[in-house]
Amino acid sequence: MEKLQQLQGVAAPLPRANIDTDIITPAKRLLDANRETMHQHTFEPLRFLADGSENPEFILNKPGYRDAVILITGRNFGCGSSRETAVWGLRGLGIRCVIAESFGDIFFNNCFQNSVLPIRLPGETIAELLTEAGDDQGNMQFQVDVAARTLTTPSGRSITFDLTPDRQTALLEGLDEVGQTMKEDAATAAFQLEDRVARPWIYNLGSVD
Amino acid sequence: MSQPTTLFHKLWQSHVVRSLGEDLDLLHVDRHLIHDLSGARALTDLQERGLAVRNPELCIATPDHSISSQPGRTLASSPFGERLGGGLQKMAEAAGIPFFGLDHRNQGIVHVVGPETGFTLPGSLLVCGDSHTSTHGALGALAWGIGSSEVVHVLATQTVRQRRPRTMRITVDGELGEGVEAKDVILHIIGHLGVAAGTGHAVEYAGSTIAALGIEARMTICNLSIEFGARMGMIAPDETTFAYLQDRPLVPRNMPGDPTWDRALAYWRGLRSDDDAVFDREVSIDAADIAPQVTWGTSPGQTLAVTGSIPRPDSFVEAEERNNTEVALEYMGLSGGQPIAGTKVDRVFIGSCTNSRLSDLRRAAAVAQGRTVASHVTAWVVPGSVPVKEAAENEGLDQIFLAAGFEWREPGCAQCVATNGETVAPGERCVSTSNRNFVGRQGPKARTHLAGPAMAAAAAIAGEITDVRQLAAVGEES
Repeated sequence: MEKLQQLQGVAAPLPRANIDTDIITPAKRLLDANRETMHQHTFEPLRFLADGSENPEFILNKPGYRDAVILITGRNFGCGSSRETAVWGLRGLGIRCVIAESFGDIFFNNCFQNSVLPIRLPGETIAELLTEAGDDQGNMQFQVDVAARTLTTPSGRSITFDLTPDRQTALLEGLDEVGQTMKEDAATAAFQLEDRVARPWIYNLGSVD
Repeated sequence: MSQPTTLFHKLWQSHVVRSLGEDLDLLHVDRHLIHDLSGARALTDLQERGLAVRNPELCIATPDHSISSQPGRTLASSPFGERLGGGLQKMAEAAGIPFFGLDHRNQGIVHVVGPETGFTLPGSLLVCGDSHTSTHGALGALAWGIGSSEVVHVLATQTVRQRRPRTMRITVDGELGEGVEAKDVILHIIGHLGVAAGTGHAVEYAGSTIAALGIEARMTICNLSIEFGARMGMIAPDETTFAYLQDRPLVPRNMPGDPTWDRALAYWRGLRSDDDAVFDREVSIDAADIAPQVTWGTSPGQTLAVTGSIPRPDSFVEAEERNNTEVALEYMGLSGGQPIAGTKVDRVFIGSCTNSRLSDLRRAAAVAQGRTVASHVTAWVVPGSVPVKEAAENEGLDQIFLAAGFEWREPGCAQCVATNGETVAPGERCVSTSNRNFVGRQGPKARTHLAGPAMAAAAAIAGEITDVRQLAAVGEES
């Protein structure tokens, strides 16, 4: 996984609650899912008009916000389907940090698998950040420091966010979970050895044939 | 004396391989379901990393998302069937994973296949790369949906890294009214609590109403847990559960000198929350308050009793709620203040991992029997699996549906997620027994109203959203 240590850039305000992963990645785009091209369809129902042209009203289509690296949005962002393509798409658009009052649990977890940082902050702080991100047509710089767990706004305000130590380390060092857990295989083998005696029915399945 | 504990904690603790930090554990995965939408890719990723599937015997793979539901279908009948369904077959078979293809007697939607084969067991930890995996909690399993990176992790290690969620118990007591079913119970709960109330929680459903439900109805309840944010929903296994499981092909059996079923049963009987167990949140629902539900908006929480009226945006105090309501009404082509009953529909879809099991089809067939689908409505019935389809045909349910003018189709996810190309056309209105009424869920600009199978069948007959309890009267008038 790629490291994420510091981030600096424009934050795009998208003040809408309950943006589900079907909006972030419509189902028909899952079929030829490709990490590299998924961003072409990200937010499709909001970002494009019926004729396929860009919706000029959508924030990421507006001048000053096209290169946003942070998204500030409404509560329960990323609810619904488990599709990890939602994170691939955001990442492909250059978004490395999403800030909201709350997130769908699976989406939240998927972010950390793809070096994207989701930050939960109280509703009133989100409201203030939305205002600040909306000022000056998005030409102002936000900063995120993963090691310090701080978000710095264009006005110089510094906000500390929660991040568990394991996730912080994984982002800072670009650690891959599969590689880490493979090192624990002896523990898994020991668990199964004991469990086969305690719950043999888990391991000895019948047959459908 | 040991501390009283919840069902959730018992299930969790019995799967800890190793603690990885505060509230973070490495858990053993007992059961892994794999489907066509992400399966082939995950197995390919694994192969490219030079890794093997650690325990293929603890997995089942079956195509459901990408395949056509058309009678006489093959993999070639849908745009991506060959690539995704065929790809899954090739990769699963190479890895030694049992595969239920289109010609297999057990093919179906993963969340129908797991319980009905006995793959899903009480006390098992089950994951799948699909958010409706909470369904399996109906049997007392600890089950939740994971992302595609986690699918690769489970394939490689047979474990999952998971942070312990908080606990919530939703107790539903009392008798359900006439015409009220499990779908109405869970939609009522979501409407009552809001779509994010379960975020960060593992939910246990309890109470006399839940205990009186059959296993398939319990699956409908647990299935929609994710629609109010809860990754895991569960119900303590009881005699109804054990009777459901007995004799299913993959469950343990007593052998001479080895009473494995009896041992399992004794273990499963201990899987319940202790009487004094403390939950982080408790919610009580009175069954008498629940009416047949239908959603009016683009979020499962935007639901109301079929006897009710669509909310007006200005009835909400909060600006955000007002705005959400306006946006949803515009998308749905509805006006606040109108009664929801009488809204004309174009399509009806009876199926999905929420409501495609035999008991669901029986309730829909009871409504359809002797009646005719309105001439302007296209109505589909898509059984959840080959065994469901065969059982329904043995009872003659297919004939009831066909005689009424419904299409009787082949098992899969079909029009719930429309990844097989079976979309609802732009602007069309569909009453669907599925789980999501999101913007574009059933196709670009498709308008979805979620309801239970009886209400969906009633909508097909009446040609409009209608109270299933009033259907007889409607028939007499016309």
